[in-house]
Amino acid sequence: MSERFTISTSRNIFFGGSVFFLLVFLGLTMGTLSGLPERDNRANITPQVALGKKVWENNNCIGCHTLLGEGAYFAPELGNVYGRRGGADGGLEFIRDWIRAQPSGVEGRRQMPQFNLSEEELEAVAQFLKWTSEINTAGWPPNREG
Amino acid sequence: MHYQSQAVARLYFIGALGLFVGQILFGLILGTQYVIGDFLFPAIPFNVARMVHTNLLIVWLLFGFMGAAYYLVPEEAETELYSPLLAKLLFWVFLVAGALTVLGYLLVPYAGLARLTMNDVLPTMGREFLEQPTITKIGIVIVALGFLFNIGMTILQGRKTSINIVLMTGLVGLAVMFLFSFYNPDNLVLDKYFWWWVVHLWVEGVWELILGAILAFVLIKVTGVDREVIEKWLYLIIAVTLITGILGTGHHYYWIGTQEYWQWIGSVFSALEPIPFFMMVLFAFNMINKRRRNHPNKAAALWAMGTAVMAFLGAGVWGFMHTLAPINYLTHGTQITAAHGHMAFYGAYVMIVLTIISYAMPHLRGHGPTSGDQSQVLEMWGFWLMTVSMVFITLFLTGAGILQVYLQRMGETPGSFMDVQEKIAFFYWLRLFSGLVFMGGLVTYLASFFTKAPAGAAAEVSA
Ligand code: HEC
Ligand code: HEM
Ligand code: HEM
Ligand SMILES: [Fe+2]
Repeated sequence: MSERFTISTSRNIFFGGSVFFLLVFLGLTMGTLSGLPERDNRANITPQVALGKKVWENNNCIGCHTLLGEGAYFAPELGNVYGRRGGADGGLEFIRDWIRAQPSGVEGRRQMPQFNLSEEELEAVAQFLKWTSEINTAGWPPNREG
Repeated sequence: MHYQSQAVARLYFIGALGLFVGQILFGLILGTQYVIGDFLFPAIPFNVARMVHTNLLIVWLLFGFMGAAYYLVPEEAETELYSPLLAKLLFWVFLVAGALTVLGYLLVPYAGLARLTMNDVLPTMGREFLEQPTITKIGIVIVALGFLFNIGMTILQGRKTSINIVLMTGLVGLAVMFLFSFYNPDNLVLDKYFWWWVVHLWVEGVWELILGAILAFVLIKVTGVDREVIEKWLYLIIAVTLITGILGTGHHYYWIGTQEYWQWIGSVFSALEPIPFFMMVLFAFNMINKRRRNHPNKAAALWAMGTAVMAFLGAGVWGFMHTLAPINYLTHGTQITAAHGHMAFYGAYVMIVLTIISYAMPHLRGHGPTSGDQSQVLEMWGFWLMTVSMVFITLFLTGAGILQVYLQRMGETPGSFMDVQEKIAFFYWLRLFSGLVFMGGLVTYLASFFTKAPAGAAAEVSA
């Protein structure tokens, strides 16, 4: 690098550039947050849905599954499981029955543990997954298999 | 080693390598469960093994960063560490807290651990990489504050080099971004939005400053090139890192409920993120070519060049592969992501920690610049076995990922997740085999610490 290009020039590019883009990012974040209510289905976050999220977290479902494509890649995507398994036509029942019936015990097949959830918790986590399926995700996933 | 107090780094490096072994053991369990689904079930369910694997990774990398700081900050500042005692104390606090947390994962069902640690008071658990009980997270913050205080005081008392300033900026950034792990609203979209402020702004932001600073330090030492030149490069690299990487966060905001304009912002800026990694390759090779001395620690120079190349491949090339929104639409949350995650973490952060260990350990052990020829040979075997097997792990996961996308997400009659997993099992077997070779490489690497000390080493024990 040439002599004219001093260390303080590159230091200034670093500090100036980072601060500038940090501010742009914060600005974009404000914009995003103010537009989210129309997309994130927050009007339907009932206490039951909030409890469902807690059940989801307290049992570390994300350690095997993806949710909206993030998490682990060992077990099916659950952001759209409500729709995949019947939607208004039995989606909630499917999720509850599924969790109750685990583990499958099929030899050599990937296993999901038995979590011993109460009826209240089962209903809540099913409602949470239904709520999640109603977030506007810009058309993702590409098809119902997730 | 120029300052007595640098010796505390040794404790951190040994701790880091111990946890590294644990991380890989659990990686092998995961790899086995991918092909034999009920392996160790229900004793160790997949999610538990995964938490142990990823959390050990993060903790040992943090140990590595802290060890690096304790080693290089005094040498750069030309003064003793502010408080070696505090450094030792924090090591044990962190190690015990980490061990208790891992034991908690393994011995208690996760929901029980959440109850036991009163997660409901301030719920932060159950999110990927941030699975630690809230109390452990608070412990991490306390350790981080003590560490930053110790390092900060040392820097203030001594010479303020660019390397120290960049390292400190990165470490402070690391601690600040971690605070977002305490924000966990009921609204999943907001939760995810700020979760990435920890994860993305760590690995594609502040951690790269730490990476750059350590790399610059080792390059100065092994090449003898002017500090001026090296520091100019360092600032330029991290400038481009943050200029591209901050808005690059947008590549995680395509499909989680955020607005469609993120597809443009994320694609454009993250497509530029490989540039700083490419600059690191130019930087490392240029400096080695211009070297003013032939440092006997060939292994350290190999690790330094290897870091630059593998970080560019893993983060730059494998990151670019799936970062444009139309492609990410298909690859999001598949084995492609896992392929990239492995090579990027290994190439950038595992390798930079092994670089500084390679350079510093012989000094810390009183062996002089190297621990002898036999040690160097074993270490370089370890380098090649681990690096080549990681390349294969990445290639096999990429193969699995391409098939997964094709079979599950394209075409008229997409297969179900579980059916597709069965069809691509062959690639998972190959990954498992490569993982075993990786373990072999790690054992070889560790063996390099148990060779006979070089002749005349005792005379060197200045520390
Ligand atoms: C140890 C890993 C693991 C954990 C933890 C886990 N699951 Fe699963 N889950 C699986 C596997 C594997 C399957 C697919 C099993 C099969 O098809 O035989 C599955 C399937 C499902 C399905 C059916 C998906 C479909 O499309 O058919 C639902 C619903 C589900 N899990 C919900 C949950 C919830 C809710 C939690 C947390 C309370 C959870 N899972 C935790 C492994 C796990
Ligand atoms: C130093 C070496 C390694 C590093 C840095 C590493 C890093 C990681 C990271 C970052 C994740 C989370 C991935 C993601 O979310 O995309 C992960 C998950 C995983 N790792 Fe590793 N790993 C290493 C070695 C191994 C080995 C040797 C194996 C097995 C042979 C392995 C198997 C796995 C598996 C199966 C998962 C879970 C993937 C999933 O979610 O389905 N890892 N590892
Ligand atoms: C050393 C630097 C990097 C590391 C350690 C790293 C690591 C990771 C990990 C672990 C994930 C998975 C996160 C999860 O579990 O959800 C991920 C995701 C991702 N990374 Fe990186 N990464 C790095 C740099 C980059 C760069 C430079 C790019 C772009 C050029 C990139 C593009 C992406 C994308 C697009 C995803 C999302 C994948 C998906 O949609 O599933 N990464 N990265
Ligand atoms: Fe990212």
